[in-house]
Amino acid sequence: MSGWDKFADSFLNARVAAEYTPKIIEGLWLTLALAGCIIVTGVVVGLLLAVIRAMGLRPVNWLIIFAVDLFRALPPLVIIVLLYFGLPAAGVSMSGFVAAWLALSLVLMAFAEEIFWAGITAIPQGQWEASRSLGLGFLVTFALVILPQAVRMVIPPLVNRTIAITKGTALASVVAVPEILGAAQAGVSFSFNPTPLTLGAVAYLILFLPVVIAGRWVEQRYKRAR
Amino acid sequence: MQDFIDAFFNIQILMEAWPILLQGLGQTLLLSVVVVPLGLLGGMILALLSTAKSRWVRWPLMAWVDVFRALPPLVLLVFVYAGLPFAGLEVSAFTAVAIGFFLNTGAYYGEILRAGIASVPAGQAEAARSLGLGRWQTMRLVVLPQAVRNVLPDLISNTLEVVKLTSIAAVVAMPELLFQARQAQSVTFNATPIMAAAVAYFILLWPVVRLLSKLENKQLARRA
Repeated sequence: MSGWDKFADSFLNARVAAEYTPKIIEGLWLTLALAGCIIVTGVVVGLLLAVIRAMGLRPVNWLIIFAVDLFRALPPLVIIVLLYFGLPAAGVSMSGFVAAWLALSLVLMAFAEEIFWAGITAIPQGQWEASRSLGLGFLVTFALVILPQAVRMVIPPLVNRTIAITKGTALASVVAVPEILGAAQAGVSFSFNPTPLTLGAVAYLILFLPVVIAGRWVEQRYKRAR
Repeated sequence: MQDFIDAFFNIQILMEAWPILLQGLGQTLLLSVVVVPLGLLGGMILALLSTAKSRWVRWPLMAWVDVFRALPPLVLLVFVYAGLPFAGLEVSAFTAVAIGFFLNTGAYYGEILRAGIASVPAGQAEAARSLGLGRWQTMRLVVLPQAVRNVLPDLISNTLEVVKLTSIAAVVAMPELLFQARQAQSVTFNATPIMAAAVAYFILLWPVVRLLSKLENKQLARRA
């Protein structure tokens, strides 16, 4: 066998590919489900925390800042391992899926809060003063004047950060979730052939390449709009 | 409460696990010191090449960067570590981590530096060239210093992510901080070592997070 044939037989083996493609597709759906849960939870809770922080209650804000810093400083895998392998010691057991969902949601929450908060503080003070002097209350001003502008401004960094954290779903394979990478690794050890890994890489590219390109596009569009 | 302390903040267990945790911390630092410059080097090469005028150079580069930004780093790492032996290339865990990180973080640094170079007005390079500086001199002495300054928060932020990311080396059995903590936990049946690792990461990286938070707020305020 020539070098190329050997390579193709290992990494692009049609027989192995046919056998494991269904498993990888199942993994793809699981990755999508996990990513969806993380994005919704992380962004919503992050926004909520930013809104609470805008109310300016000192002790509450310190708590929020600490939580945000904590989950920005800790590696996601450390949080997953702590939840999955550590918490049972406190009598709390959870599935790998839940551990990965919770951990990555906390991380996305922290980054999203920080990004939303930066957007809120970047709105010029005059916007506040103008709408208050028009007779709008604090909450109405915040919800109808400040927040829409802030959210618009932070879309590019938020999109990029969300993509980066969503890619962390691959970490769930460490706690035995059969998402794409988990399914691919299982495939490799059953078939003793790395083709499932190739399939997994292709699945990630199908999933994330359009998102990465869209993120680039959003960034450029916003840059021009400014 | 006492049960909780015994399970997560057990001094005795901590003392026992201390030496191997310290070793792990050393490996994590060593790994960071290797992969950060490696990624920066790769990124710098990508960014410099992407200043080429020919689209036959720029487009393949953009595709390269996007592919490696789309693949989760753990997937790259597993591919290199578990896949390459099938191609007849045995790689050590350390080499696998170095290759995987070079591809992944190189792409990220490359994208940041490219944006930095693009943010320097063309007049700067034109002025430098008309003063008689060569192409490379212009890039090195005029464009790059301004480019790096413009994207400094992003560079620091990415570096923080890279240091955090070294924890995935645990998956390929590299004895860094998280791996050692897991080892200690499975021997002692106690979560204290993992807790200690988390605290170590936090103490190590909190100052960087604080700094970044300040820099980012300033950046956004300038833009508004």
